[in-house]
Amino acid sequence: MKDQKITIVDYGMGNLFSIERAINYIGAKAEITSDRLKIANADKLILPGVGAFGKAMDELKERKIIEAVYRFVESKKPLLGICLGMQLLFTESFEFGHHKGLDLIKGRVIRFRDPDPNWVNFKIPQIGWNKIKSPGEEPWDYWKNTILESIPTGCFFYFVHSYICVPENKKYSIAESEYGKDLYCAVINKDNVWGCQFHPEKSGEAGLKIYRNFLKI
Amino acid sequence: MTIRIIPRLDIKGPNLVKGIHLEGLRVLGKPWNFAYRYYQEGADELIYMDVVASLYGRNNLTEIVKKTAENIFIPLTVGGGIRTVEDIKTLLRAGADKVAINTAAIHNPDLIKEGAEIFGSQCIVSAIEAKYMNGRYEAMTDNGREKTSKDVFKWVQEVVNLGAGEILLTSVDRDGTGFGYDLELVRKITESVSVPVIAHGGCGKPEHITNIIKKSNADAICASTIFHYNYLENYVNSEEFKEEGNIEFIKQKTNSIVFMDDRITKMGINDVKKIVTEAGAECRK
Repeated sequence: MKDQKITIVDYGMGNLFSIERAINYIGAKAEITSDRLKIANADKLILPGVGAFGKAMDELKERKIIEAVYRFVESKKPLLGICLGMQLLFTESFEFGHHKGLDLIKGRVIRFRDPDPNWVNFKIPQIGWNKIKSPGEEPWDYWKNTILESIPTGCFFYFVHSYICVPENKKYSIAESEYGKDLYCAVINKDNVWGCQFHPEKSGEAGLKIYRNFLKI
Repeated sequence: MTIRIIPRLDIKGPNLVKGIHLEGLRVLGKPWNFAYRYYQEGADELIYMDVVASLYGRNNLTEIVKKTAENIFIPLTVGGGIRTVEDIKTLLRAGADKVAINTAAIHNPDLIKEGAEIFGSQCIVSAIEAKYMNGRYEAMTDNGREKTSKDVFKWVQEVVNLGAGEILLTSVDRDGTGFGYDLELVRKITESVSVPVIAHGGCGKPEHITNIIKKSNADAICASTIFHYNYLENYVNSEEFKEEGNIEFIKQKTNSIVFMDDRITKMGINDVKKIVTEAGAECRK
């Protein structure tokens, strides 16, 4: 694991250093960069992100990073989007207007349905720990060979978000969570593209396990 | 909804301290040792508050935050002495995930707005110190020392409108006393805003936790003394304290803990989570 390197896309959105620390902690190298060549030729790529969808896409465009991400994905090496970084993988978002995403996975990003009129039980944004589970009645080893390998169903992760991803094809949603009126996609996977709505780097030992699994993929 | 359990660590210089009514500080030890233990026990987040930074106009939290963030992978909120966007950036770079702002926001509310625009609302916690006087709750600054003449309920609306993503609500009257949370204050504030509210100040016994769960809609509960005394009793390594200067309290810790015993039940994170669950709310396991 020691020689493995994970490249983190730096496009001016969010706190990349906590991801860097988590990767270093599990014994791999982290490289934070906005260099297009380094991104396109990375071994493993993380697309982080905190903030607004539209601004994030603008930042990626301005830095001419989008093409580099596409080239990386064509190489079949694994890409992991985290939080907003996962949402950016989708076709479009309705956060503050309508914005086109990277369209690596067909689907939309929409706001949580208003949970209750007086905000008492479920607030937006969701800030805090929530359980993930496999969708439907899946066999116990459903997450084998995924970034969720050996994570127990019902395990808690740390979420901070107001918007949720709705993939056109539900089979790409490999873990779901429930909040307010919504059952939503917590982890997405299509081919070599992965995404977590929660923050593994803030989710204790279970979160670190996800980075360890990502190294093995 | 899952209730978050958040230990708060008050920092003075390099040390973890704890006062009563946010005053009369005692040195308890090195903050990162306590923090790491709480992380391992299952704390959902941590709050570091530099309790004298506002007073002396300095920022020395960065190194402590760096050391803490090396091996702790839960959200860390840091407050105390933050005055500028640059201060926020420095703390985030050091390992904080959120910053708590009080004094500077009172003097310059735009700091919350600017911070939320640049770093996102999820990053900006408005720390509100409420003190009951003259028949109303007034917002205080400088760790409960200075009056502002701002009504707490008006101020909380203002900070939410400016973009604060969470409220850290401290009852100055209850802080460090072990008399229980100010339930009325917490209930009124949680009912009046759409963002999560962290209740803080006064937690001393199991029934205080039961009450805050059953009688308010707090999204998170924050406590310090119950956790710190539990740590001191169970995990203190005397070597760690030999290097310290002001350790009068530690030397006399047995007596002091006995002194507080009628008001404080020492509890670990799991003890608190058990009480929350028994009171009918959910906790991360």
